[in-house]
Amino acid sequence: MSEPNLNPDSSDRRAFLKASAVATGTALAPGVLLYGIAQARAPEEPASDKVRWGMIIDTTKCADGCNDCVTACNTENGLSGKTGPQDSQWIRKLNIRHLKTGVEISLPMMCQHCEHPPCVDVCPTGASMKRADGIVLVDRHICIGCRYCMMACPYKARSFVHEPLTDQNPEVPRGKGCVESCTFCVHKVDRGENTTACVEACNAAGHQAMLFGDLNDPDSAIAKAMKTYATTEVRADLRLNTGVRYQGI
Amino acid sequence: MASKGCSLRYLALIGALAGMVVASAGATAGVNKPMLERGKGERCVEDTDFMRRNHMVLLKHHRDDTLRRGIRTTKHSLKGCVDCHASSKTGSVASSKEDFCMACHVYTGVKLDCWDCHATKPMKLYRPAAASHSTPLTVQQQGGLQP
Repeated sequence: MSEPNLNPDSSDRRAFLKASAVATGTALAPGVLLYGIAQARAPEEPASDKVRWGMIIDTTKCADGCNDCVTACNTENGLSGKTGPQDSQWIRKLNIRHLKTGVEISLPMMCQHCEHPPCVDVCPTGASMKRADGIVLVDRHICIGCRYCMMACPYKARSFVHEPLTDQNPEVPRGKGCVESCTFCVHKVDRGENTTACVEACNAAGHQAMLFGDLNDPDSAIAKAMKTYATTEVRADLRLNTGVRYQGI
Repeated sequence: MASKGCSLRYLALIGALAGMVVASAGATAGVNKPMLERGKGERCVEDTDFMRRNHMVLLKHHRDDTLRRGIRTTKHSLKGCVDCHASSKTGSVASSKEDFCMACHVYTGVKLDCWDCHATKPMKLYRPAAASHSTPLTVQQQGGLQP
């Protein structure tokens, strides 16, 4: 007597799973499977415009006086952490107060990775550029350091490197004479980590005020959060469609 | 008289030219060819002769692919060069005149801008804990390079 089949549809289910695995996973090479776009890209695969990286910052959870995201960014990218007029700051903590209601809000401000970035519009050499997946970067190989982009950015997100640098992070090349800004930790994103140093630090501190992910993937936590809660762009009047959105401002 | 003066002048000119040739030959003999430390691993990602002439072309092509398109293959990446060719003495490819890049570039008098921004040391010297991220060159990642 054969063993009773407790789950009559198990064989169908197995066949279905097999079929769907074939449909979603594409073999690039023996042993290398490329899954849907939410998974890590293969190193030889270019960034795709099917993805749009973005961030939601919940200002109600962002603690006044906490600087963990800034510190993590400095450590990750090899910034000095100084805040003088000639020092690079890729992310800054701001405290703002509404003049009429008196409500005080603390929030991190960085490159907003606009869909229509003014820095890219004004760049005379094409160094300021937006990648297919929405990450706005400076190509230092052709940046001439004119700083038009710094003038054009409504968020004051870019810095200019004034002095020669040494001991850079091998993954984050930086040098004198170029403009730079938040890269959404593009080296981590390209490795498939799908997170940034600031978000990791915020989560490690237990605030969970920052959420990073693919805005175009309906199953991602960030897309769900964006659908659930009202989020705002800073300077929405400029219609730049920023990748970084804020909650509670 | 005029012809004698003229021939004397020619003789002086020939003498001076000969002196210059001897001097320049002496100078060439006095400069040592660059001595390069052997990189890690069996062989380079391309033939040595090809790399000597074309490494800059490969690097320029790869930098645009990486920065603008997000292609992160390691075969022709600058980080890959540094990982294999960092000096055993200084741990760097460009911190002394004997280091891998500088040895030839000093010899040929070609200025390098790469190291104004890029790290000259491999990841394992910058942040040992994160060295596993720096994807050392392996046969699989180099896309079909035979060991």
